Amino acid sequence: MKRKRITLLAGHYGSGKTNIAVNYALMLKRELNQSPGYSSVSIADLDIVNPYFRTKDSACELEAAGIRLICSEYAGSNVDIPALPQDIYAISDDKSMMAVIDIGGDDRGALALGRYAPAILEENDYEMLLVINAYRPLTRDVDSTVEVIREIENAGGIKFTSIVNNSNLGEETTAQTVLDSLEYAASIADAVGLPIKMTSVREELYGELKDKIENLFPLKLQEKIK
Amino acid sequence: MTDKVLMKGNEALAEAAIMAGCRHYFGYPITPQTEVAAYLAKRMPKIGGTFLQAESEIAAINMVYGVAAAGLRVLTSSSSPGIALKSEGLSYLAGADLPAVIINVQRGGPGLGGIQPSQSDYFQATKAGGHGDFRMIVLAPNSVQEMADLTVKAFDLADQYRMTAMILADGTMGQMMEPVSLNYGEPKKIEKPWAVTGTKCLRKHNVVNSLFLVPDELEQFNFARYERYKQIEENEVMYEEYMMDDAEICIVAFGIAARVSKNAISEARKQGIKVGMIRPITLWPFPKAPMLKAADKVKEFICVEMSMGQMIEDVELAVRCKKPVTLCNRVGGMIPSPEQVLASIVEASKKGE
Repeated sequence: MKRKRITLLAGHYGSGKTNIAVNYALMLKRELNQSPGYSSVSIADLDIVNPYFRTKDSACELEAAGIRLICSEYAGSNVDIPALPQDIYAISDDKSMMAVIDIGGDDRGALALGRYAPAILEENDYEMLLVINAYRPLTRDVDSTVEVIREIENAGGIKFTSIVNNSNLGEETTAQTVLDSLEYAASIADAVGLPIKMTSVREELYGELKDKIENLFPLKLQEKIK
Repeated sequence: MTDKVLMKGNEALAEAAIMAGCRHYFGYPITPQTEVAAYLAKRMPKIGGTFLQAESEIAAINMVYGVAAAGLRVLTSSSSPGIALKSEGLSYLAGADLPAVIINVQRGGPGLGGIQPSQSDYFQATKAGGHGDFRMIVLAPNSVQEMADLTVKAFDLADQYRMTAMILADGTMGQMMEPVSLNYGEPKKIEKPWAVTGTKCLRKHNVVNSLFLVPDELEQFNFARYERYKQIEENEVMYEEYMMDDAEICIVAFGIAARVSKNAISEARKQGIKVGMIRPITLWPFPKAPMLKAADKVKEFICVEMSMGQMIEDVELAVRCKKPVTLCNRVGGMIPSPEQVLASIVEASKKGE
């Protein structure tokens, strides 16, 4: 299936969006030859909520991979202001570029997307991925997760097209932790009528789970730069 | 499926406050503790509680005073500069013997400082919360689990001793995510016959106030309060001893600095250096007794803290200058690395050789 030009990632804060965005962009770049018509990959940080855990933490790795990082010059600095990057328009201007857009947590984070939603909807070559984690307290059950989904969609102006199950318990995550979350992910998918695009796990668990879960996506975890 | 959830420290303490029976929160946003407010803004309306973003930190602490006077469990949270703004209210709470829980997720200072973690409000929390003679119970978590557990403990202690209890966390504790298990059972119910809840013409009215113009009366209130403080010093000291059995060097550290120190201790032990740690969990009351006891065994104390050297004064007092106490620190939002702590340990181990 042809990959969409723009991949948007949103979800409850702390669900793992930024890690997935960075890994997804790296994968798109590695497999760029499978996406004819595209010559480059960029990643844009639209987070106006969280000053700490940012795409910019992976700046060196992204740069080394030849991925353009579009982020506010204040991201990851001590300047705690909700600034948006000025060169974000490059995404809609350059149609030869694939883009991954990392949106801030919850509806407040998604507000920033509203500014760019009309252009994205008009071009209509995007995927809007919902990142879920069964082990986050405010999205543990179907009802509360659906509430967060609707809030993000209303704030951002773009509806989700599929789900990424990123259920984890941080360092205590085991294969069983992930397996136990499949039912939750399926029930969310069922409740909102969206497919599960992939299940993401940290790379150490990939081998153990790859025959047990469809569309498993290995994650190399971001390291905070000192 | 496990009962564990993955939470930020700020969220975990907010949920723990709810589990402790707190239904009133007043605050004003400031990084790095804003998730406390964001979380409670979502949760409180669903459980019949009150979340209110006040117009300022000063307004928030005075709202805390009001709810505390009515005998209900109440919470406010802020970060360093915001706590400074609350200090008048903290003194009034003390003067009126009101229980409340205050969260300080510290950032680097002084002034507006920065948004990275710090421990430089140690003096403010343990010695100078506001004007006048008073103390606050100060609890220092070093994990997301402890952020939650100590918040529940703080509510119980505050009610039991009719005083403010502070969680002295830092930006790392607030922001880091770890799996936690939150099971506390029914909140402890402590009778508050002094609360202003309306007399219904059945009793003499209660007064909650901190104004006492007759000096010998005010003196008596101070004496009574310090009698209570003495009980707390006797009964409520909490600390963790780590590898102290054979230790010749003793690290003293709390919060994130204690976690870094544990890594350094493992490394030093691999090199054959006998080093352990006393981690104060209550910063007031300060665990003086275990440190004095350790002073007879170890040759040196190393105080690891993210300030220019604040807790070190309490360590020196606790060990009565029997042994040298050296400082290993970073400030301004920087965290000491395990390598830096290890270097201090190695240096201490070489002295007197």
